[in-house]
Amino acid sequence: MSRFEYAPAPESRAIVDIKSSYGLFINGSFTEATDGKPFKTVSPASEEVLAEVSEAGPADVDKAVRAARRAYDKVWGPMAGRDRAKYLYRIARLIQERSRELAVLESLDNGKPIRESRDVDLPLVAAHFFYYAGWADKLEYAGAGEDPQPLGVAAQVIPWNFPLMMLAWKIAPALAAGNTVVLKPAETTPLTALAFAEICQQADLPPGVVNIVTGAGRTGQALVEHDGVDKVAFTGSTAVGRSIARSVAGTDKKVTLELGGKAANIVFEDAPIDQTVEGIVNGIFFNQGHVCCAGSRLLVQESVYDEVLARLKRRMGTLRVGDPLDKNTDIGAINSAEQLARIRELSQVGEDEGAERWSPECELPTQGFWFPPTVFTGVSQAHRIAREEIFGPVLSVLTFRTPAEAVEKANNTPFGLSAGVWTDKGSRILWMADQLRAGVVWANTFNRFDPSSPFGGYKESGYGREGGRHGLEAYLAH
Amino acid sequence: MPTKSDARLDVRKTYKLYVGGAFPRSESGRSYVVNDAKGKFLANASQASRKDARDAVVAARKAFGGWSARTAYNRGQVLYRIAEVMEGRHDQFSAEVAAAEGLSLAKARPLVDAAIDRWVWYAGWADKLAQVVGSSNPVAGPYFDFSVPEATGVVALLAPQDSSLLGLTSVLAPAIVSGNTAVVVTSFERPIPAITLGEVMATSDVPGGVANILTGSATEIGPWLASHMDVNAIDLCGIESADEARDLEAAAAENLKRVRRPADEDWLESPGLSRLTQYLELKTVWHPIGV
Repeated sequence: MSRFEYAPAPESRAIVDIKSSYGLFINGSFTEATDGKPFKTVSPASEEVLAEVSEAGPADVDKAVRAARRAYDKVWGPMAGRDRAKYLYRIARLIQERSRELAVLESLDNGKPIRESRDVDLPLVAAHFFYYAGWADKLEYAGAGEDPQPLGVAAQVIPWNFPLMMLAWKIAPALAAGNTVVLKPAETTPLTALAFAEICQQADLPPGVVNIVTGAGRTGQALVEHDGVDKVAFTGSTAVGRSIARSVAGTDKKVTLELGGKAANIVFEDAPIDQTVEGIVNGIFFNQGHVCCAGSRLLVQESVYDEVLARLKRRMGTLRVGDPLDKNTDIGAINSAEQLARIRELSQVGEDEGAERWSPECELPTQGFWFPPTVFTGVSQAHRIAREEIFGPVLSVLTFRTPAEAVEKANNTPFGLSAGVWTDKGSRILWMADQLRAGVVWANTFNRFDPSSPFGGYKESGYGREGGRHGLEAYLAH
Repeated sequence: MPTKSDARLDVRKTYKLYVGGAFPRSESGRSYVVNDAKGKFLANASQASRKDARDAVVAARKAFGGWSARTAYNRGQVLYRIAEVMEGRHDQFSAEVAAAEGLSLAKARPLVDAAIDRWVWYAGWADKLAQVVGSSNPVAGPYFDFSVPEATGVVALLAPQDSSLLGLTSVLAPAIVSGNTAVVVTSFERPIPAITLGEVMATSDVPGGVANILTGSATEIGPWLASHMDVNAIDLCGIESADEARDLEAAAAENLKRVRRPADEDWLESPGLSRLTQYLELKTVWHPIGV
């Protein structure tokens, strides 16, 4: 027998109480949508309908923005930083207390493995609120001028890959700085944002400070284009980011955009190979590769190419794909049929353009949306799989001979979100970090996040930073 | 013959020191009478000796490695926990501060509020301090050069004599949040809120030895702490005589302790950063850049 058999170890979903339908969270309570139709959110692992969710139309969005404005003018804006801090600490603690439930809900709605939602997403969500809670009463020390002021109402649109974590990245700094928010979660993953609305109620957060409007692109567009918002924060595709940047032209709205990426993960011949292989796997297969900063272009120095590829393939053969709620699972479900179609299409293009495709033997469930971990070799810089964001568990491998060539290839992309460097030599790490045009450079690690650490991109990966005191600055007038 | 009565006789508490996470009596066997502000007997408190101070320094030194190595995030969580647990004892603290400082309950309560809020304020500093006082330095050469603050070590705090809880919090929280460990000598006449704070520490995930609380006379114990070679910094806040303060500062010079001189303080004012940065060392790291 060449491999262990794993007994299934499913996390119980009994801890989560999913309602059959949800309204919009406006002005502190759940209300029916007035001008949109309900839509369904499904579990991508089984295609089971989890709940029916309201679609907010322009009138609903208007109501939410007005509620946020009232809360900003009357309550949240004038409130002492000390008290805003206390509300955020309450929220952080409630998230810690309900984290098991939220992790299960996230895995159900998104398809990500429970091991990740439990050990990565939820701890980071709580930590984010904890970190920014501490800033709420210290704004004058944040380096954004002596008398920093909030902007007003923030319109926030977030993606489906880290639903609750992206919510935390948006809401925590906005509230700490004294803004109120209207947030739209992605249409395929609205449930943890709605659970967060309940947490706002449990924390006795004043009505209107946080408003959650569910819906798809149309709702998001109505929100960011609303005249009553002072700030737009968006995380998602570069195409949508571009259209937002266009639509706010000529207004006074401040904008931050966190968009796509095509990160180079660069392996030098002196890198510790086993550790590097783990980093490559984490870089591209973490969260099914639904990560804007995923290390989707592997650049390997020619002298170690054979060894790295052999070990990488061996390691990929041990990855377990399947039930997101099983604690043994490494790779969960692709978030939607639409995304699966996109991954399949680009992978086909990869083959058609002449790259060689390989996946380990791997049984996929028959229900739901699945894609095996995949690596393409013989990829050239001109191939679409080396240029476009696939946003799935698909790795493209290229080679290089000199550090200068590695830099040249790594920077040969319209994106600039992140990069990875693997080498034993500290001076080379720092030299590479200097040369790389990317907002985050990980050395001998990958996909690390911390609320104190700014994150965001160069070039077409967007502008502005989230996390750290720089993330706070995005919500302050100074 | 026992008589039946509605009035229950209360159980009085023995007030002890807080050293290394335990509550010992003074090794000297001494105690002293603590009266309220009107001169009415409140309790006997342990009167810490030179030996107790030395034991406390040993405990603080032992705790330093672990506490300073914790992540800033974790220290922040622990300090916030102190605030949570204090909130649950709000009434007790208010009564003790009222008795100690001769205030009505209505006047004592805002002081307790402020003390709890101050723990929350400092809790938030744990993971921001390096971002505000550290730096990346653009040196003129191919070097990555950055400066990070680190805790200085064991800090002796001669706590204010007047403000029994808020003043104590205001000197203790900024010392320990950055990873220092502390030996506190409380207000001599108003030690009881400090002892209760020790009980809060003991039940708030603060590792034993991080904060050690000695009740007794700063005038008596201060010189032993000021001249102790394993103490790295000293706050002379609770020393009221200028001559004594000068002597302690001179004694502290022997191992170049960082000294905070006594000054007029308004504990209700926003504290600023000076007490935080007082007990920090700045470390600058150089590393070459090149292929």
